[in-house]
Amino acid sequence: MIHERSIAELIAARATGEFSAAELTAHYLDRIARFDDGLNSLITRTDEAARDRAAALDDGVGAALSGIPVLQKDIFCTRGVRTSCASRMLDNFIAPYDAGVVERLDEAGMVMLGKTNMDEFAMGSSSENSFYGPVRNPWNAAHVPGGSSGGSAAAVAAGLAPAATGTDTGGSIRQPAALCGVTGIKPTYGRVSRYGMIAFASSLDQGGCFARSAEDCAHVLGAMAGFDERDSTSVEREVPDYAGQLDGDVSGLTIGLPTQYFADGLEAESRDVLDAAIATYEKLGARVVEIDMPHTDLAVSTYYVIAPAEASSNLARFDGVRYGHRCADPVDLEDLYTRSRAEGFGAEVQRRIMIGAYVLSAGYYDAYYLKAQKTRRLIADDFHKAFAEVDLIAAPVTQAPAFAIGEKADDPVAMYLNDVYTLPASLAGVPGMSVPAGFSNGLPVGLQLIAPWFAEGRLLNAAHAYQQVTDWHTRRPPGFE
Amino acid sequence: MSLTPDDVRKVAHLARLGLDETQVAEYATELSSILDVVDHLATAQTDDVAPMSHPLDLSARLRPDVAQATVDREAFQAIAPDTADGVYRVPKVIE
Repeated sequence: MIHERSIAELIAARATGEFSAAELTAHYLDRIARFDDGLNSLITRTDEAARDRAAALDDGVGAALSGIPVLQKDIFCTRGVRTSCASRMLDNFIAPYDAGVVERLDEAGMVMLGKTNMDEFAMGSSSENSFYGPVRNPWNAAHVPGGSSGGSAAAVAAGLAPAATGTDTGGSIRQPAALCGVTGIKPTYGRVSRYGMIAFASSLDQGGCFARSAEDCAHVLGAMAGFDERDSTSVEREVPDYAGQLDGDVSGLTIGLPTQYFADGLEAESRDVLDAAIATYEKLGARVVEIDMPHTDLAVSTYYVIAPAEASSNLARFDGVRYGHRCADPVDLEDLYTRSRAEGFGAEVQRRIMIGAYVLSAGYYDAYYLKAQKTRRLIADDFHKAFAEVDLIAAPVTQAPAFAIGEKADDPVAMYLNDVYTLPASLAGVPGMSVPAGFSNGLPVGLQLIAPWFAEGRLLNAAHAYQQVTDWHTRRPPGFE
Repeated sequence: MSLTPDDVRKVAHLARLGLDETQVAEYATELSSILDVVDHLATAQTDDVAPMSHPLDLSARLRPDVAQATVDREAFQAIAPDTADGVYRVPKVIE
């Protein structure tokens, strides 16, 4: 079956003429039509545009990923296509330009099939905070797929596309990848252009991707990454040939296990899965050592100051004047702002905007925002010290597998604590991955791998090595074969 | 840290969010529980720590100030809630 093949195999099959881009696109569009009603992983389908583009690609000379389908998280602006960020605020927003990521994947020849569902403005860990309804986990429809990039993760897990884009501010790629049993990578901050990626927390936001394997991710990330002068925090640094450099050799690597990540709170079955994965790395010749990351416990409190503060500033632009939702019959300008924003934003977005406005307000700035910028450095220093001793860090992604839809919806704090293992890498700006490593109660468990700044190649190769000797990443949820 | 309904009204005003009284009460409870988590920051010793505003400690890249193509006004105004004669329309601000 086409959807069981790797991206490398799809590229090869295209090259030999085994099937055309049009056939490839049609296969995945059929799967979306068959399966997405039960998952709600897409907000907008772009079937017609996808068919036209695939047909055009069949007529010309192919780029590296010519004809390979992809789904875009609905946080990336797509010219002429609704870009909603899963918010009522942008339900009517047809983006007038393409995001840098969208341009690059287009140039690489990928065919966009649609836009994926997510937590509104990427704020959430469950993809329940969407104006378009919750996304369901293909492994168990009563459970969440994780978030915020839950639609992308669920779609790749269900075989609705070979790859999808995501964004990760505090874990929004790694956590849904873990809960859906797919491979996901959040690169180093600055690696992937934020141009046209709707801003949540600008010092943390980073684009990345989901696919079934590390090798597939290497192909897509290689096409996505690189300098973009339109993003002032984009880093001017050459992008290695991630896919070409995969050799599956981890012998001689030192992998650190932070004591603080394996402490209380980690579910026993997930722990067993992770122990087995780490033992696999030892068999492959890696050396495993325990390391100390003493400031890990500050990550949640640090993040929930910095991210809301930046969000409250970024989301000030949604004012009902130039684009997006406007309330009916505003009596004056104040009424236009306050009603448009109250109607346009969901509850979680409103909470974060208000927390952000509070921690930045006169009298509280030093105690909250400035303090959090200092604790952020303590957390980043933990990584500097760790990477002086080890080549990679291995850790859990979540404390437990996917929770039930609705289980944490009324308790924002319980939802925030869910991010405890993914926030530190985001605050430090280092690249991280989630790699499928097994199951707990029939739900997938991910292994988190974290590398030093700009060592995405090492990260992908370590995941690739593991995937050469395990088959967790090839498992398909029942009913989606 | 506990937020009173008045604190919530003030913050909602700063954020230009129109809330009704039921929401004010709910948010007072929820935002207070979030701030309880955040208050853990106070336990950290940070006297000699420099604030970190960029994860790579880089400063903003500068570029030459050169005129570039401007945005397509028609395309941008096509998605606006209310425009007339090339301008965005809002309720009257000055009486």
